[in-house]
Amino acid sequence: MTRKKQAATAARKQSPEPVLSATSIVKELGRGAGTVMALKGVDLQLIPGELTLLMGPSGSGKTTLLSILGCIMTPTSGELTVAGTKTAGLSPDELAILRRDHIGFIFQSYNLFPTLSALENVRIALDVRGQKGYEAARRCEEVLREVGLGHRLRNYPGNLSGGEQQRVAVARAIVSSPSIVLADEPTAALDGENGNAVMELLARIAHEQDRSVLAVTHDPRTLPYADRVVRIEDGLIVGEERRPEGLDAPEITDLTKRRKAHA
Amino acid sequence: MIFTLAFRNLFHDRIRLAVTLVGILFSIVLVAVQLGLYLGASRMITANIDHADADLWVMPFGAKSFEDGGLLMGSRERHQALATPGVEQVTPIVVRFSEWRKPAGGSTRVVVVGSDAEEGAVKPLSLKNGTWEDIKAPDAIAVDETYLKDLGVDKIGDTAQIGPGRVKIGALTSGVRSFTQSPYVYMPLSRARALVGAEGSDLATFHLVKVFADQDVEQVRANLLSRLEGAEVLTKQEFRDRSLRQWLFRTGAGVALIGGALLGILVGTVIVAQTLYSSTKDHINEFATLRALGSSSGYIHKVILTQAGLSAVIGYVLGMVLALLIVVASQSTPLPIVMTPQLAAGLFTVTVLMCAISAVSAIVKVTKIDPATVFSR
Repeated sequence: MTRKKQAATAARKQSPEPVLSATSIVKELGRGAGTVMALKGVDLQLIPGELTLLMGPSGSGKTTLLSILGCIMTPTSGELTVAGTKTAGLSPDELAILRRDHIGFIFQSYNLFPTLSALENVRIALDVRGQKGYEAARRCEEVLREVGLGHRLRNYPGNLSGGEQQRVAVARAIVSSPSIVLADEPTAALDGENGNAVMELLARIAHEQDRSVLAVTHDPRTLPYADRVVRIEDGLIVGEERRPEGLDAPEITDLTKRRKAHA
Repeated sequence: MIFTLAFRNLFHDRIRLAVTLVGILFSIVLVAVQLGLYLGASRMITANIDHADADLWVMPFGAKSFEDGGLLMGSRERHQALATPGVEQVTPIVVRFSEWRKPAGGSTRVVVVGSDAEEGAVKPLSLKNGTWEDIKAPDAIAVDETYLKDLGVDKIGDTAQIGPGRVKIGALTSGVRSFTQSPYVYMPLSRARALVGAEGSDLATFHLVKVFADQDVEQVRANLLSRLEGAEVLTKQEFRDRSLRQWLFRTGAGVALIGGALLGILVGTVIVAQTLYSSTKDHINEFATLRALGSSSGYIHKVILTQAGLSAVIGYVLGMVLALLIVVASQSTPLPIVMTPQLAAGLFTVTVLMCAISAVSAIVKVTKIDPATVFSR
């Protein structure tokens, strides 16, 4: 294990305070007879320095839970606390401020602005936070270099590969140094090599920058990078596994196999 | 980044941008032409009043406009006016519609304007060929060069007939158009009286009153009104307004011009609103992403308003270029279009407001964005 990772692990041990805490989250979608209970009382906590995978079949409530944890959707009942702030009763604009200050998003289909270059796509994340000018531009370039796109700063999304686009999206998510990064199926649209590259990047962000990263996925290729796997089915958390201390990501090939072995 | 995003969104779809700009351009040209015609018509209607050296106008009760003064007044009114305290000078003028008979046959209506210019009355404006002295020669008159063809004459020295008397073109004016399309024919007062059937009399359509510089015009007007029972006394501004009301509003011409301008604004607003709305709809996922990234709704509104503002500026520039070409081309027509710096500034304000109002539908659309849609793409 690298020194940085050891330091991060040590830090986690010293301060296990969750940066995000969801308690008894219930979400009903639709109205009247067509009401569907998408989440039926979910409890989840995100710890700094951890890459958590939220896995489950289609329709299990993964994306709904991600939307609620990201303060994009409000729960029907239950309590959500983000960076010490309870979200209950906050207005849409107050929730937007909470997202802006503490949460970075990565989307399945990247959601980049096709008319903006890679650099501009990242800059816009700082611009909405009121950070402009040379310092902001320099910071964006730095983050794009960190994700390996230093040579693609002026390229538009249409001229980037899927993996490169997702790395731009990752850069956009982390440029404002949020304590939480939420990723929705970050590897779904990528081939094996690019998917691995993005997962390595997310793991690095969690471990080296001490952020909480939660990735919703059904892609088994992502398992080796997880510190924790949370399984959701039919709106309920049905299981949770944690990587044993001391194991480095690439050395674990599949947590599922490990679980089967234990069983 | 707001400007960059708005600019790129706008130029991303060139066809939609072209439709937007054509909408604004059409709107600006229509409004510029309609209001330019309105201004041009206003100037034509009031040109003689504006150029007369008078503080007050004495006229028969019920006079409608400069051209339609009604009954002729006698010298009694003039003498009473001259005897009024504060009055420096009273100059009679005759203005009447009359029949112009063309040398080659046929006739047309003209407005005879008879005055003694050396006394400070109405002068023929913008004399291009000839002088006031030339007009004082026997039978001589001045007409505008634009109407030579309509009057059946070609040049200075040509003759025609007004009522019972022969007239000869002694001078030409330039750019003195008549809103009624009946050309003004300028001549000395006595000649005009003779042509309208008041030869040898002291009759006049209007008496132009000049007030001593140290006198209060309103007070002098009150004095005049108390003495002149059968006449009205109007200030220059009041007479201008009355003439404008008569020709632009009682005839419906002005209403049609203003209505056309409003229609232009309406059509432009609808076109810009439609294209802005569809642009916003096309970029709705990007706006939802911005919302998910934590942008305030104000940030997104600024992007849309900047888009609208950019459309307004580009559309205005293109529209004004075309409008100015039309203005230049209209100068040789009987109804020239006028463009003033105030009208140009007003048009810019209208364009910006039009685009801002157009942005409302797009703003309403983004206000309803559910940021959760970012997960359903």
